[in-house]
Amino acid sequence: MNMDMSQYLDVFLEESKEHLENLNQKLLQLEKNHDDMSALNEIFRAAHTLKGMSSTMGFEDLADLTHHMENVLSDLKEGKLEISTPIVDVLFQCLDRIQTIIEQIETTGSGVSDNSDLIAVLDNVKTGALEAAAVAYESEHTDQLMIDDIKSANTDKNMDFSFNEYDITVFKEAKSKGMKIFYVKVGIAPECLMKSVRAFMVFKALEEEGEIIKSNPPAQELDEGKFEDSFEIFLVTSANKEQIVNNINNISEVTVLNIEDIEIEAIVSSNEKPVFNEKVSSVSANIEQKANNVEDKKKSHKVKQTVRVDIERLDNLMNLVGELVMHKGRLEQIGATTKMVELNETIEQIDRITADLQSVVMKVRMVPIEQVFNRFPRMVRDLAKELNKEVEFLMEGKETELDRTVIDEIGDPLVHLLRNAVDHGLEPAEERIKKGKPAAGTLMLRARHEGNNVYIEVEDDGAGINVEKVKKKAVEKGLITEKETEKMDKDEAIELLFYPGFSTASVVSDISGRGVGLDVVKTKIEALNGEIAVDSKPDKGTRFKIKLPLTLAIIQALMVAVRDEIYAIPLSSVDETTMISKNDIKIVQGQEVIMLRGNVLPIFRLAEILETPGGALNDEEMYVVVVRKADRQIGLVVDTLIGQQEIVIKSLGKLLSGIPGIAGAIVAGDGNVRLILDVATLF
Amino acid sequence: MEPTLNEKTQNANIEEEEIQVVAFKLGKEEYAVDVLSVQEINRLLNITRVPRVSHYIEGVVNLRGNIIPVINLHKRFNIKASGEVEDKRIIVFQFDDTKAGIIVDEVSEVLRLKWENIEDASKVYSSISTDHIKGIAKVDDRLLILLDIARILEV
Repeated sequence: MNMDMSQYLDVFLEESKEHLENLNQKLLQLEKNHDDMSALNEIFRAAHTLKGMSSTMGFEDLADLTHHMENVLSDLKEGKLEISTPIVDVLFQCLDRIQTIIEQIETTGSGVSDNSDLIAVLDNVKTGALEAAAVAYESEHTDQLMIDDIKSANTDKNMDFSFNEYDITVFKEAKSKGMKIFYVKVGIAPECLMKSVRAFMVFKALEEEGEIIKSNPPAQELDEGKFEDSFEIFLVTSANKEQIVNNINNISEVTVLNIEDIEIEAIVSSNEKPVFNEKVSSVSANIEQKANNVEDKKKSHKVKQTVRVDIERLDNLMNLVGELVMHKGRLEQIGATTKMVELNETIEQIDRITADLQSVVMKVRMVPIEQVFNRFPRMVRDLAKELNKEVEFLMEGKETELDRTVIDEIGDPLVHLLRNAVDHGLEPAEERIKKGKPAAGTLMLRARHEGNNVYIEVEDDGAGINVEKVKKKAVEKGLITEKETEKMDKDEAIELLFYPGFSTASVVSDISGRGVGLDVVKTKIEALNGEIAVDSKPDKGTRFKIKLPLTLAIIQALMVAVRDEIYAIPLSSVDETTMISKNDIKIVQGQEVIMLRGNVLPIFRLAEILETPGGALNDEEMYVVVVRKADRQIGLVVDTLIGQQEIVIKSLGKLLSGIPGIAGAIVAGDGNVRLILDVATLF
Repeated sequence: MEPTLNEKTQNANIEEEEIQVVAFKLGKEEYAVDVLSVQEINRLLNITRVPRVSHYIEGVVNLRGNIIPVINLHKRFNIKASGEVEDKRIIVFQFDDTKAGIIVDEVSEVLRLKWENIEDASKVYSSISTDHIKGIAKVDDRLLILLDIARILEV
């Protein structure tokens, strides 16, 4: 690849991936409905673009492969070939190969690949229908047509001439001096290599005879060679037609296509479009129509106007907003102590603006979950084929938006759950029929918003989780003893699935028995501050429900002091706070408890749990923060409540990741680091 | 340091035979780390204790909005701290995407060492086990223990 192209490599890679995703999607559609012509057209178009892009970038092997794909696609389009499963399979294989090549280009920069195997298959598919020669010609021909369409669309806007006051004055003046106005259409031989030079020579020759008032395309574009094989000129001259034609035709590779006398009145009366040449205008109208068609087509495929932004920049922006929020907090503290009215008014304004800014930035970082979901239909299809199962895969709520950080992380767990569902959940067709269920199993992937959370569900109508089998397996694996299993109810047994090192598949399959189990899924989701729950009924199916926070970056927290240390407790897990005295504490079975509105509330001293240095403070009076851990409430005893604050969560980094009870850190207004408590893992 | 060594450092040709290090004191011994892994050297910042971690993790600090763990090598290797508090520094390292700092008693200087002057660690006794040492360098009558900081920080 030469140097000039390398700067486009990123764009090429990104766009190819997009086209590839599109191809995958549409091909799935086509597989489901063989008559879906719009999907076929879309596939054809994407393949065509991919071909053009790759050959421009010099990846000939990729271009060659897509070219052969395109041939088959064009036959399908024209009805010369019937769409059939083998053809779709071959096309899928091609997509896989294209992906491999693109990945290879991304990592090594080289697109060299031997695709002769696939090309041979493609050719076989093609010749299977009609005489190869005719078909090949046809497909070439359609290519050309499409290109022509697009080209004419591009030149269209230059087709109509408009003359300003000045131009018209010049025309009038010329006329009064007895000069003539000519419209000249100049053609350049298609094989001509340096069109701009020829255009320049034509201008030069004409300017010896008179003045060029206007050209189409404009002179600058002509200079840059931005025109097809002809251009038009309005010339004011005292020379006659023959002279001009001679002058132009003397230049090699150039011919006069049309030359006409123009009446000044015609120009003035039409003002915009000269009526002198009905041909031109009719042609232009025709082209306009074509262009409209193309535009319409384009419109129907264009979804949203977007700007590509480097993710790193977004993260930077987020960090900056985070800092701003932090310092706003500091300002508020200062405002509260100084009690200056003007200052406080300004702070209020800043508060509003930062809140808006924050929500905008949040929204910018939100991406539809579609991004993750889109690759699943293909994956499920391949899996189902591989395992010889029939699967109806449905997706809902693709438009649900989530923070980018969450999106990046959620893909793998979902892949795992879907694989599990197809592999272990759904039964083979025969078994399903025996059970009186439809042969094709239904696999459902849903996403939806609810409050400040997003729920994602993976549901199948398969065999459900066999609780006894799970228990047996857990005992075999030595995770629990047989005695323990007896006491377990169904839900507890299902929880065993999430134990590290658990895998129910009796045979380790290539699909989901990769040694990593649901425990990895659970860990990942908990790392995202999420929760996962399972619901399963024998022979009815299994549903995994994932709850995720909308965003991870900024949350409301309660700041508390424990001895000399300050901690943040996410407000989402705080139910209430209360003040107690030493006498309120009772001991029940060795556990400190207090009575809260008639309920027994176990309390834990944070200073002990966190082994905070420093002796006991005056514990005559103390504060209790009532938090929710799973379904039960517990009280955390702290020394002081500092107040509620918006905090920007920062990671503690790789070295300190996974400390139980610590969810992350914040930089407080005074520049010190404070830790965020994670109630779920504190005990 | 020999004056000739300084002169030689001007010569780019012999660069590969040399390593540039940050020398610092921990207790009574003098140590050194490869300058390429050092991001910056800071005065002692406010360190926030992190509960439930190894005893030698002193805590975390805020370095321009980034949260960086700080490791106490005294505690890690049972070295008695020495020197004045105002001489203490945090040396911040960067490895790929991980940053971490260590507390040292005093940073002495940045200097160049010739590989030929660096000896195998197993021959010399120090407070730190040889697993974490790349070698021992002799500079005049000083002994510099070259630390394998990546191993120590377990990155």
